[in-house]
Amino acid sequence: MSPVIPIRAEAAGGCADAPVLRERGQREVFCGLTGIIWLHRKIQDAFFLVVGSRTCAHLIQSAAGVMIFAEPRFATAIIDERDLAGLADANVELDRVVTKLLERRPEIKLLFLVGSCPSEVIKLDLSRAAARLSASFSPDVRVLNYSGSGIETTFTQGEDACLASLVPSLPQAAADSAPSLLVVGTLADVVEDQFARLFAQMGIGAVRFFPPRHANELPAVGPSTRILLAQPFLADTARALEERGAQRLSALFPLGVEGTTQWLQAAATEFGVPAQTFEEVTAPARQRAAAAVARQRVQLAGKRIFFFPDSQLEIPLARFLSRELGMELVEVGTPYLHRQHLAQELAALPAGTFLSEGQDVDKQLDRCRAAQPDIVVCGLGLANPLEAEGMTTKWAIELVFTPIQGFDQASDLAELFTRPLVRKLRLAA
Amino acid sequence: MQLTLWTYEGPPHVGAMRIATAMKDVHYVLHAPQGDTYADLLFTMIERNQKRPPVTYTTFQARDLGGDTAELFKTAAREAYERFKPKAMMVGASCTAELIQDDPGGLCRALDLPVPVVALELPSYQRKENWGASETFYQMVRALAGPPVARAPRAAGQRPRYNILGPAGLGFRHRDDLREISGLLTQLGVDINVVAPMGAGPDDMARLHDADFNVVLYPEIASVAAKWLTRQFGQPATRTVPIGMGATREFIAEVAQLAGVDAQPVLDAAAQRATWYARSVDSTYLTGKRVFVFGDATHAVAAAREASQELGFKVVGIGTYSREFAREVREAAQLYEVEALISDDYLEIEARIIELQPELVLGTQMERHIAKRAGVPCAVISAPVHVQDFPARYSPQMGFEGANVMFDSWVHPLMMGLEEHLIGMFRGDAEFHEDAAPSHLGGAAMPRPAAPQNKPEPAVAATVAAPAEAAAPTETTWGADAEKELRKIPFFVRGKARRNTELYARDKGLPVITLETLYDAKAHFSR
Repeated sequence: MSPVIPIRAEAAGGCADAPVLRERGQREVFCGLTGIIWLHRKIQDAFFLVVGSRTCAHLIQSAAGVMIFAEPRFATAIIDERDLAGLADANVELDRVVTKLLERRPEIKLLFLVGSCPSEVIKLDLSRAAARLSASFSPDVRVLNYSGSGIETTFTQGEDACLASLVPSLPQAAADSAPSLLVVGTLADVVEDQFARLFAQMGIGAVRFFPPRHANELPAVGPSTRILLAQPFLADTARALEERGAQRLSALFPLGVEGTTQWLQAAATEFGVPAQTFEEVTAPARQRAAAAVARQRVQLAGKRIFFFPDSQLEIPLARFLSRELGMELVEVGTPYLHRQHLAQELAALPAGTFLSEGQDVDKQLDRCRAAQPDIVVCGLGLANPLEAEGMTTKWAIELVFTPIQGFDQASDLAELFTRPLVRKLRLAA
Repeated sequence: MQLTLWTYEGPPHVGAMRIATAMKDVHYVLHAPQGDTYADLLFTMIERNQKRPPVTYTTFQARDLGGDTAELFKTAAREAYERFKPKAMMVGASCTAELIQDDPGGLCRALDLPVPVVALELPSYQRKENWGASETFYQMVRALAGPPVARAPRAAGQRPRYNILGPAGLGFRHRDDLREISGLLTQLGVDINVVAPMGAGPDDMARLHDADFNVVLYPEIASVAAKWLTRQFGQPATRTVPIGMGATREFIAEVAQLAGVDAQPVLDAAAQRATWYARSVDSTYLTGKRVFVFGDATHAVAAAREASQELGFKVVGIGTYSREFAREVREAAQLYEVEALISDDYLEIEARIIELQPELVLGTQMERHIAKRAGVPCAVISAPVHVQDFPARYSPQMGFEGANVMFDSWVHPLMMGLEEHLIGMFRGDAEFHEDAAPSHLGGAAMPRPAAPQNKPEPAVAATVAAPAEAAAPTETTWGADAEKELRKIPFFVRGKARRNTELYARDKGLPVITLETLYDAKAHFSR
């Protein structure tokens, strides 16, 4: 650990066994369909066809905020009355829509049929549809399916469902192949390239990223595969990979200097990288990052932060902000708490941190108003109303759409929290 | 099943939210799955509202479906009432909840809440946002306006009173239109009774009857409710939508007649700057500019009229995404001898714009993007809205000031008159070349692309709005000289020149377009 990072003395176990307030009420969160916004950019020859309602189409269009008005690689097959009248007809209609789409977009190699709340409720079997369509468009196009419905997935769980649906298509790694590293979870291309360089410099040769940038670059998986999760919301994907024999390396998530160091260290240890090599490879970026984060610390130390649930990134973010920037955690809300994947993160949180899972938004707003934190991390529906009440907010969605992982993004990540505070000071002046 | 890339309208419950959000002292309990809360950000981020929409979502999940979603709804409704203490509640289902058939209206009746509860039936798989807004407003008016009453005659000297119907949440310039129109009518000597839904609470809705007539600003939202008020209280409603100078004058005359007042002083005092600007000699370059108009029916029809009669443009296409108002747009299309495009398929509209090669697009945010990609100037005239459609400044579309605003916002994206001539006269200038954007737009002067037509252009040229030229039909090809000459024609008319020349060559059966063909075609099409 770099000596320039002041790490708090941590109570044994942190929040590993801490109680969690579990709430059930109105949840002000996106559904899993929203993941399409970044997934369609990541996998460059994949197309996402939501089978849903006009609401689904409107959601993706509005949540993106950025209306990418080129012909996008996502669309909605909007179910209408006639489809509700007979499911047989709905399947015929779906085949017609897919055929039309693929005729129009011959460059598509991988098509996801994405289930939605309405398609789940009417029990339209998209896995059968995918198999049927795969058979008729094979080998040019592979058709898979997953659910991004709000009744089953919250925001980033859509990516989890998507990646899990891809796992059965991954080639089998040869039983006697040398151990390989699979980094799982969408990362910005720039971050992926940084990590790839670091792993290469450490001498870990066989490193693949999942999802791949192209549908035909699927990594092989098998008992020789070690998986390193780059995102904290990949419960189903990790399980599916483990079922194929892969072993998960447990680590902090690569947010901040500490998280990135530990995350890389987990791989280095597994692949037998000598300590000195690890130090030589990581030291320049680590020290650079620590110095940059220290500058942000001036603005953030002692500031009180409140997280509304959004992306499941909340706990790793809270750990980074608390340990490296000296922020005080008022409440850390998360839509879903995966204790196993977050074991190390929880242990690293200050003891006594108020954790909540799920949401009853009005009650949580009451708690937030009573606590009057210095900064609130929340969704777009809440941010402006809270600003109007005099609070300072950070849109949670920006944390998902910005490269924040790795050493060279650590201070960018801190700056996402500094900026609203600095802005408020400037506007008041 | 309909394949949809982009939608012009949201689902009908978003229309209901536009009514609920515009009103005060109401609360909407929506039976909906997790995720449907995205709709809040339309209001907090696009319209930049300072308050959350008054909407509670039940946000049921898969595990609730096996259990008792009806109980979940009742709990949500009861708690919402206790927390927000509205004077009226709206209840309904989004698309998914419609499928599980929990009957929010019936469930809410069982709660026996001490306020009026309006149960909304908005069929999500048949209808869309504007219909949802209209139906919701109608149901709210019906539920809250009260029984027919015999209105006492006005005391002598008391000014006539009117209601303004239609301004709603997420409306295209509704906030400013309301200010402009109420200002004009105050000058006319008539008084506002109630504005609804914007700013109206249930108490105000109960006073709707106390007006002599209704002003319908947005027929898409308010015409159904206005018709009911006519039947219920005998209140006539205006039919003219005051967008454009001419329409505003007709609107004032119509109101004056309904109110029994003299319109002339207001008409005489109007600041009709745009009318004079359009007559000013430097506007002659606007003559016959080819415009394509698309939007909701009311704004499209009004924009086409203004473009044609008040700016001297030529309307080459008109269309709407609202099928409910297709008839109005088809009637307008006849005036311009074009075929109306009634579609909410973004790709179809894009194809029509590329085909027609207009010099200006008046459309929605969707058409703004199409136009941008096609290199055609565009001004936005209609919802669906974008954050840019809620400007900080006063910027109405209606009334005299609205016509002034539209003159500016439509003319501004075009090449200025003399600039157009200079480019025509001195081609190939490094700064004012045929691919240059209007000099008052877009920052730095674009260097002239060095590469000839058939080679890939340098990257910088890609940032210039690239003209969208329809691919030449296979039976006619362009000779090298003619192609080179075509490049000398400024980009904002090049598409038209190319199209006309190809048409001419096809008619004459010419396999190759030469320099002569180009100029023959020019002579043929000039009158």
